[in-house]
Amino acid sequence: MRFVDEYRDPAAARALVANITELAGDGHYKFMEICGGHTHTIYRHGIEHLLPTSVELVHGPGCPVCVIPMGRIDDAIAVARTPGVIFTSFGDMMRVPGSSGSLLGAKAQGADVRIVYSPLDALRVAADNPDRQVVFFAVGFETTAPSTAATVLRARQDQVTNFTIFSNHVIIVPPLRAILDSPDLRLDGFIGPGHVSTVVGQRPYRFVAEEYAKPFVTAGFEPLDILQAIAMLMTQIKEGRCCVENQYARCVTEDGNQRAVAILDEVFELRPQFEWRGLGFIPNSALRLRAEFAQWDAERRFEVPGVRVEDPKACQCGEVLRGVLKPWECKVFGTACTPETPIGTCMVSAEGACAAYYNFGRLHREVAVSMGGAR
Amino acid sequence: MVELLDSDRHLAKVDVAGVRRNINILLLEDEGVVPGDWVLIHVGFAMAKIDEAEAQEALETLRQMGQAYADEVRAVLGSQIA
Repeated sequence: MRFVDEYRDPAAARALVANITELAGDGHYKFMEICGGHTHTIYRHGIEHLLPTSVELVHGPGCPVCVIPMGRIDDAIAVARTPGVIFTSFGDMMRVPGSSGSLLGAKAQGADVRIVYSPLDALRVAADNPDRQVVFFAVGFETTAPSTAATVLRARQDQVTNFTIFSNHVIIVPPLRAILDSPDLRLDGFIGPGHVSTVVGQRPYRFVAEEYAKPFVTAGFEPLDILQAIAMLMTQIKEGRCCVENQYARCVTEDGNQRAVAILDEVFELRPQFEWRGLGFIPNSALRLRAEFAQWDAERRFEVPGVRVEDPKACQCGEVLRGVLKPWECKVFGTACTPETPIGTCMVSAEGACAAYYNFGRLHREVAVSMGGAR
Repeated sequence: MVELLDSDRHLAKVDVAGVRRNINILLLEDEGVVPGDWVLIHVGFAMAKIDEAEAQEALETLRQMGQAYADEVRAVLGSQIA
C-alpha cells in the first residue's frame, strides 16, 4: 500500500510537527476543524498529542447528525407514526434522541421505519409500495443535499406520487459566520471541510479571509493532510498573509462540482430560519424544496408539529459544537452519556466529537498524561 | 466504475470491495465518467472523480476503521438502486 504509506509516513509527520512547532514559537494558536471526518481522524490518530502545546484544535459544527435539534427529531417521529407511512432514514439518525425517544424507539413501538443507504433506495421503496406514503429523512450538508435533489428530480421524471422528502439539509457558510461572530471563541484559522468542498469548491470561504481576516485551508482526511493544513495555516500567519488555500487539491477544485450546485439550486431554496443544535436559529442556513416541488415535500403533505424543544439540561453538545468545551469537559461525558446510551447528538454519530473522543481520543490522552504530556 | 448501464437514468455499475452495485452518475455528467475511472461515492451517487492513488488510500483508511468499514460495506450492499 505505497499510496497510503505516503500519507502516513512517520518521518514526514515528524518533519511537519517540527515545522509547526517552529512556526508557532512562543505563541498560542487555536484552529477549528469544521468537518466531522476531520474530527474522527484527529482523535483516531491522536493528532492533538503530536502537536506542540502552542497549537490547539477545536471541533466545530461539521457533523450533520450532531447539528439537528431535538424538535426536528420529534417532528420526524410524528411523521413516522402517521398511519400508512413508511419512514426511511440513514442508519446514523436512528438512535438520535428526541424529547421522548428516538426513531429506533418509534420503530420498536410499531412505526414502519426503515434504514436506507441512499435516497434512491427510499425512492425504490416508494415504487415497491404504491399504496403507502414513503418519506425520506434528508439530512446533511452540501455533500449529501445534491443526492436528495437528484432523487427528487428522478421522482418527478418517474411520476412517483407517494414519495416525499423531510428536508433537514443545511449549508456550511452560515454556521461558520455565526461562529466567527460569536463572542466566546477566539480562533486563529480554520481547517476547511473536504467532502463539502468537492461540491461547493473554495470560493464560498473567501469571506472568512476577506471579512474576518482568518486563514482557511481545506484539508483531506489522512493524518498528514491535517498536519500539512495546520502547517499551511501557521505559515500564512507567520507571513502575515490571510487567504483561502487548498491542501486537498486531489479532490477539491476552486469551483467545486458546478453540476451538483446547479441541481441543488433547481430543487432547493433557502429557509428564512433554521434551528441548529447549540447555535440556535441561523437565518438562511438550511434548504427546503422549492414551491414547484411541493408535491414531494413532507412538510407540506403531513402534519409536522414543528415544536421547539430545549436540549436536555445535562447535555452540553451546544458548547462542544461551538468549540467552547472539549468533549471530556462535559458533565455527563462517558458517565450518563455514552455511545450505547447517548443523551446528546455528538455521542451518536461516529463523526461526532464526543463519540470520536470516547472511542479513540481518550486512550491517546491517557497515554499522553502518563508520559507527562497532559493537555 | 465498471460499466455504464443506462445513460438516460445516469446509472452505472461499480465495484465496491469486490461486489458490484449500481450507482447514479448524474452529478458527474459534465466531467464524463468512463469504465475504469475511480469515483468517490456518497449515498449512492458519484461525487467526484479521483485518481487511483487517492482511491486506494481512502479504501485503506476505511479498512483500518474495522467495524465502521464493515458497516459501510454492508450499507452499500443493502442498496438496490435501479
